[in-house]
Amino acid sequence: MTKTKKPPLQPTRRDALKTLALGAGGAAAATSLPLWARYASAQSSEPIRVGFQVHRTGIGAAYGRWYDRTTMAAAKLINENGGINGRPVEIVAEDDGTDPKRGAEVVEKFATQHNCDIGFGTLFSHVVIGSAPRAGELKLPYFVVSEGHHVASGMLNRYTLQPGITDVKSQVQAMAPFVASNLGKKVTMIFPDFAFGHDHRDYFTAAIEAQGGEVLEHIAIPPTETSFTKYFPKIPRDTEVIYHVMVGPAVLTFVKELGEFFGPQRPEMFGFIDSLEAVDIGSPGLEFLEGTYFWEGNPRYAQADQSPYDAFFRERVGVDANGASVSDPKDVSTYAHMFGCWETLHVVKAGMEAAGYQGPSDRAKLIEAVEAMTDMAHSNAHPQGAKVFNGKTHQVFGHQYITKVTDGKLLLVHTTSIEDTLYPDEVDYTTQPL
Amino acid sequence: MSNTKKTLVLHLGLLVVLFALQFVLPAYHHGNLARIMVLAAYAVGYNILFGYTGLLSLGHALFFAAGMYGMGLMINQFGAAPFPALIAGLLAGALVSLALGFLALRTEGVAFMIVTLMFAQAGYLTVLYFGTYTRGDEGFVIQQAERVLWCIDLSDPTNRYFAAFLIFGVSLLLTLRLVQTPFGRVLIAIRENEERARMLGYDVFAHKLAAVVLSGTISAMAGAGYGLLFGYVGASFASVQYSIFPLLWVLLGGAGTVLGPFVGTLFMFYLIDLSSGLTSAYMLIAGVVLVLLTLFAPQGLVGELRNRLWKELP
Repeated sequence: MTKTKKPPLQPTRRDALKTLALGAGGAAAATSLPLWARYASAQSSEPIRVGFQVHRTGIGAAYGRWYDRTTMAAAKLINENGGINGRPVEIVAEDDGTDPKRGAEVVEKFATQHNCDIGFGTLFSHVVIGSAPRAGELKLPYFVVSEGHHVASGMLNRYTLQPGITDVKSQVQAMAPFVASNLGKKVTMIFPDFAFGHDHRDYFTAAIEAQGGEVLEHIAIPPTETSFTKYFPKIPRDTEVIYHVMVGPAVLTFVKELGEFFGPQRPEMFGFIDSLEAVDIGSPGLEFLEGTYFWEGNPRYAQADQSPYDAFFRERVGVDANGASVSDPKDVSTYAHMFGCWETLHVVKAGMEAAGYQGPSDRAKLIEAVEAMTDMAHSNAHPQGAKVFNGKTHQVFGHQYITKVTDGKLLLVHTTSIEDTLYPDEVDYTTQPL
Repeated sequence: MSNTKKTLVLHLGLLVVLFALQFVLPAYHHGNLARIMVLAAYAVGYNILFGYTGLLSLGHALFFAAGMYGMGLMINQFGAAPFPALIAGLLAGALVSLALGFLALRTEGVAFMIVTLMFAQAGYLTVLYFGTYTRGDEGFVIQQAERVLWCIDLSDPTNRYFAAFLIFGVSLLLTLRLVQTPFGRVLIAIRENEERARMLGYDVFAHKLAAVVLSGTISAMAGAGYGLLFGYVGASFASVQYSIFPLLWVLLGGAGTVLGPFVGTLFMFYLIDLSSGLTSAYMLIAGVVLVLLTLFAPQGLVGELRNRLWKELP
């Protein structure tokens, strides 16, 4: 569905005074301007059109719903603060059905029919990879919020950037020091047998070995599997930690069957919250997770030492202290990921303002302006935490959070440093022509 | 004007119109039509088996993906140039369809549908299983520099349009010629009454196998072309959804008509594109339209045209 939403532009009193002052002189000056210049002036007051590629239907719909809410909240905030270069932000949303073919069509629609300034907001990796070639060909800046390693791996192109969320490679490798030091060094990995699981398998295996640990067994679960008990006897007896990254609707069955298999005597467990995004941690069958650990991109539950920025973000998006919608406590958010939309839109704003962005002819300047960014301070614009952007690889790096399920809530036990997440550059996009 | 001439004028006329549209269409529809022509070639391939031979396959995504991955892996893993990669895609489609036809044609009716569906599902899971090479569900990109065929950059909109036009034109003219040859007429005879064709002395199995291979190879050509023109190779193109799509396009346009696959693909593409601009429940709109068409135009759009106005339309 195409939705064009223009969050209200609410100028401050100072902005209003500035406008009045400019208007008094401007009105007189405008009459002396040639026609083309008056038109250019009118153009510059038009909204910045952000093409929002949203997963409204298909497997990514739960994520899409929260990405949508977060994006609209961020656009509303930016407009309240004067927009971008004084122009309001207009979100032009198109459903891509979480499908790479449709995703590429949507990108074309943004560039050639909706006249969007940028494309933005894609989450699922296969949609990003299917859409990015068209964005590059159409020279449409394409800001993805995917956490895939595809951007930093060099697979994509100069017009595709990921400045608002860290990638899976950095997330996974940053977990290894904590796991090895606190949970154990003999690990069994259980992961889905497709690209997402393979990324975890490859990156974590290397990272835990670098910490002096080892992976005893890799257990790959076919994506069509609905029952998991038959895989559990493959878990070696001397396993100290089970690392799990199961995703999809079968995750509840997975946890329940794992609990039945081990009973009260279980090894330590570490998982990625991707499995349980938009799922209430108190759901029946998840009791077995009590005392286990999770990676979270951003802690779902408001922590005791919650930053004012996180409180501000929750309030603006409409998320309560338990990570659910303020209007429906059963509507659990995708809190570990959705901050990426908020932060990316703020990066777009900063980039456009640094580039003096006026319209599509300045898209190359926008890319260069974002590439020039480095440090991003912990702030209302970056509520998840401070970050460092790598302009060569088009990927941002930031803190990661490890929480423990305690009395049915996810409580923060460790925050990684940004240095823990860094790895050598695999590409330099700045060498590609614009 | 004889009927043969009228038929030729109609089909060549469509190609002339498609060629001319290149110069007048706005950018968005220009890109859409390039996509539609490649997908219509896929539907044309499907129509040879379903529309003309009467074999309802639910596994054609296997052939489309064989062409796409045959082409894509040659470039991605072996650094091949686009032309040999395209040939590899065609060969992959031909070989896979030969193997599938040899096994699946031992069944018929509903069993044939199920066997083709299962083979396609096995193909999809194979793509995921060999994720080290295929990148599994994520797929991989064919970079712009790898899509230059004989100094022609296929990522350029004009070149892409002409390449899509060529793929569609070849498949359309091939089908048009096919239905006029004795071989094509035997396929239609098998569709109408398989036992009678066998009693007349035709080798039904050999004809059906040839139809599967021809259909699979054209589908593979479309798959290889799609990957090369749009720069992406992914497992979703091997999923069951992409076996259902050509069936829908052919049913909508008219099974057993040469123009039906193109009309059905065009109709379905814009139905989704336009209805998705109105509501997020656009698949509901598509569903209702399909039900209405099935009720009031059971032979498909071109099929109804043939029933009502032009009985000799191939």
